[in-house]
Amino acid sequence: MKARVHITLKNGVLDPQGKAIQHALDALGFSGVDDVRQGKYIELDLAETDKAAAKANVEEMCKKLLSNMVIENYAIDID
Amino acid sequence: MKSAVVTFPASNCDRDMYVALEKITGQTPHKIWHQDSDIPNVDLIALPGGFSFGDYLRCGAMAARSPAIKAIAEHAKRGGYVIGVCNGFQVLTEMGLLPGALMRNASLKFVCKTVQLKVENSDSSFTNRYNTGQVVDIPVAHHDGNYFADDQTLAKLEDNGQVAFRYVDEKGEATPSSNPNGSQNNIAGIMNERGNILGMMPHPERFIENAQGGQDGRGFFESIINSLN
Repeated sequence: MKARVHITLKNGVLDPQGKAIQHALDALGFSGVDDVRQGKYIELDLAETDKAAAKANVEEMCKKLLSNMVIENYAIDID
Repeated sequence: MKSAVVTFPASNCDRDMYVALEKITGQTPHKIWHQDSDIPNVDLIALPGGFSFGDYLRCGAMAARSPAIKAIAEHAKRGGYVIGVCNGFQVLTEMGLLPGALMRNASLKFVCKTVQLKVENSDSSFTNRYNTGQVVDIPVAHHDGNYFADDQTLAKLEDNGQVAFRYVDEKGEATPSSNPNGSQNNIAGIMNERGNILGMMPHPERFIENAQGGQDGRGFFESIINSLN
């Protein structure tokens, strides 16, 4: 079973790297990009076969290590 | 004062911290490896600067889950002193011992220079050898020192006098140009509510004798010794 975790910055947390990417896109001529937010993508291969149990487990992983709840949100996809 | 310095893989200011503590306390600090789960009975545990675990995932995230962390947290819970400088500050926030988080510098650049810090509160175990409002020179060297906390946490830090040091100009004003990394409220160092844990991005251990360019950092270590007497 595979878990895909997206870690994103919470709303209201400034993202200077996202801003720099936006400026670079603008410099390359890609106009109309109103905002860029940078995040992380993590793939986990799990031995667990029960989807609900896998999700609960990955949720604990997100809370304890994969994300910093002060500044980040996480979203989990399991298949 | 009995002290211990914790080394994580890719810590690189651990020896500076060790030498500063040895010179100022006159006692040899214990060297703790991150896999040691027992830490001798000491007055102060210092988490040094560096790039523990290559800053993988987030700065300080891996170090904050090391075997030694449990003993550090227990020491802090007993009221023992804990300081985290630079990467050590990042580790303390990742451990949840200090509020907030340290993000990439707003300029996206690594900053390495001597900055001016204002001592915001000299009524603490870490600052009692300074005067409130005193401006001191201390070096910074980091890529991720941009202090962030939500509005409620920031207000609490300010109201409780938990902001120990703030980036200022030579006149002692916290201006945008004197802020090297974009930290909220120009925050350079904070304490926990109980006042036994401090984290700061600047490096006092790099400014303890004139051969290093200045000795304004001595007061920081002398304050901790003073608070034990």
